[in-house]
Amino acid sequence: MTNELLKIKNLTTSFRIGDEYYAAVDDVSLTLNKNEVLGIVGESGSGKSALAFSIMRLHTRAKIEGEISLNNRNIVEMSKSKLNKIRGDEMAMIFQDPLTALNPLMPIGRQIEETLFLHNKRLGQQGRKKRVIELINLVGIPRAERVYEQFPHELSGGMRQRIIIAIAIANDPELLIADEPTTALDVTIQAQILDLIRELKEKIHAGIILITHDLGVVAEMADRVAVMYAGQIVEIATVERLFENPLHPYTRSLLNSVPTEGQDRLHVIQGVVPSLKNLPRTGCRFAERIPWVDASYHEENPTLHEVESGHFVRCTCHKHFYFLDKKEEQENVVS
Amino acid sequence: MWKFIIRRLLITFPQLVFLSVLVFIMAQMMPGDALTGLIDPTITAEALDLQRERLGLNNPWYIQYADWVSGLVQGDLGQSFRFKMDVTALISERVMNTILLSAVSLIFTYIIAIPLGIVSGRYNDSPLDSVITGYSYLGFATPIFIFALVMLWIFGFQLGWFPTSGSVAPGLESGTMEYYISKLYHALLPGLSIALISVVSTIQYLRSEIVDTKQKDFIVTARAKGASENRVYNKHIFRNSILPIAAFFGWEITSLISGTVFVESVFSYPGMGLLFLESIMQRDFSVVTSLVLLFGAASILGALLSDIILSIVDPRIRIK
Repeated sequence: MTNELLKIKNLTTSFRIGDEYYAAVDDVSLTLNKNEVLGIVGESGSGKSALAFSIMRLHTRAKIEGEISLNNRNIVEMSKSKLNKIRGDEMAMIFQDPLTALNPLMPIGRQIEETLFLHNKRLGQQGRKKRVIELINLVGIPRAERVYEQFPHELSGGMRQRIIIAIAIANDPELLIADEPTTALDVTIQAQILDLIRELKEKIHAGIILITHDLGVVAEMADRVAVMYAGQIVEIATVERLFENPLHPYTRSLLNSVPTEGQDRLHVIQGVVPSLKNLPRTGCRFAERIPWVDASYHEENPTLHEVESGHFVRCTCHKHFYFLDKKEEQENVVS
Repeated sequence: MWKFIIRRLLITFPQLVFLSVLVFIMAQMMPGDALTGLIDPTITAEALDLQRERLGLNNPWYIQYADWVSGLVQGDLGQSFRFKMDVTALISERVMNTILLSAVSLIFTYIIAIPLGIVSGRYNDSPLDSVITGYSYLGFATPIFIFALVMLWIFGFQLGWFPTSGSVAPGLESGTMEYYISKLYHALLPGLSIALISVVSTIQYLRSEIVDTKQKDFIVTARAKGASENRVYNKHIFRNSILPIAAFFGWEITSLISGTVFVESVFSYPGMGLLFLESIMQRDFSVVTSLVLLFGAASILGALLSDIILSIVDPRIRIK
């Protein structure tokens, strides 16, 4: 596809625990087109943020294998200095926690200016300041001149997240990674920040990877969705197909966990995401959490199967998956 | 920021007043008064009482305190019975020496500690860091008076690179260029001795702050902007890591002014510490009282300085 912006092929990101490396992102392949919004969902610990950090190469102590190509250049093999030319320019990132993501000792204006200074040498000091004021206005903060001089602690969480967004979009990135941009904010502010991202999506024409565990956000914003579990992509499809025809047991459990009207009890997925160290590396990784599905239904080495055009599901167990009814489920918990 | 500094200054005044009261009370509690020791034993008790009345020693304590304080603000600290001269004149000569020594050792301290701390923190757990940390442990474990003796022996006596006592070479006229150079020269070895030992805490503070700061989220933000590693360290990590050292600065000055006693006696350097020690030995109370007051004032002003520096470096403090 000529429209392809980002191509990830067999990406494995491992961290060292003791003397061994454990993969937090395990053999992930995906593509992102220009102007497309790809949602990545999954529980905490499923490897979403590790994936995002790998794309930006922000891990300081991780082993990254495979290929990450941005506009046909492999980021994994890029030198540090070359990487620094791309980071903040062609690709940028919005972070999870606005309260800690800004330098407490640096005025807001200078923090935004820094990214302009690093990538746009032609802009003079006056030009940079003008652009910063423009950006602060763009992300919906009034009295930009005043905010320019202020320090992070003088702004609210929502305002700080807007500043982080301003930093990310300062150089009109082609790839924008939003790593749970609303998790640390309260609900009303979440809605405002999402509105802002949606608004900006129209303005900056970037490919966006939106990482979240909020399925509602994905449904609203994304074109395609990848569901991650224990470091792997278990299902990937267009947003319409995923919500209409979710196949993987994990996807269906996630969707089932969203509270709906008239529901008296919330669906809970049994068990927890296995930790990096205790993760079984063979077989279906979700098997442990659906013990009532017979072991013979899982593949030995589960791979992604294309069930319809552009819709991939890992493992064959989905064909045999059913929800236990409540009584059975309770018994199951007790036993 | 100015608002903060003014408010901080206003707090300092009651502190100084409280200090003077405390010192005054302690001085009053000491046995005897000015007429019990200095006086010819043949003088009658009546004559002494007359003198006490004339000197105001029979006045209630608050009037005596007022007299003392009014003398204080005019620079009159009383008389040293050992040197038979005004305490003010006696101390002011020594104060300059101690300030010079403190300044020299402070400069050495930061020249040594900041680069070592940065290297140690940036490349933590590397062999280089282990060497620096090893030196720190050695420094923590070495008593300053032993170390000063060793330095004096090696560089003063064996190699002869530095003078071994005094604060200035004899025979130089005060005010000439040679005089000042000689003063500085005399302060170098004791200053370096203090610095080599006192750097270790600064190194370790800086190291642990850098190790801590480099894992903060805003460092990731800076990297994501495309800032090079050097830029990340110089612009983001370093400034955030020197906060505790800035906070420490005033305290360090205080401890240097009052804490150079050992080094001053090892090098026979006529500073305040040595004077303090000798005055206690010889029961020269007016000098002791004045020095206690001076050290107390120095620590109050040191804390003030720390806070002001911190308010300049850290914008979060200015608001409160």
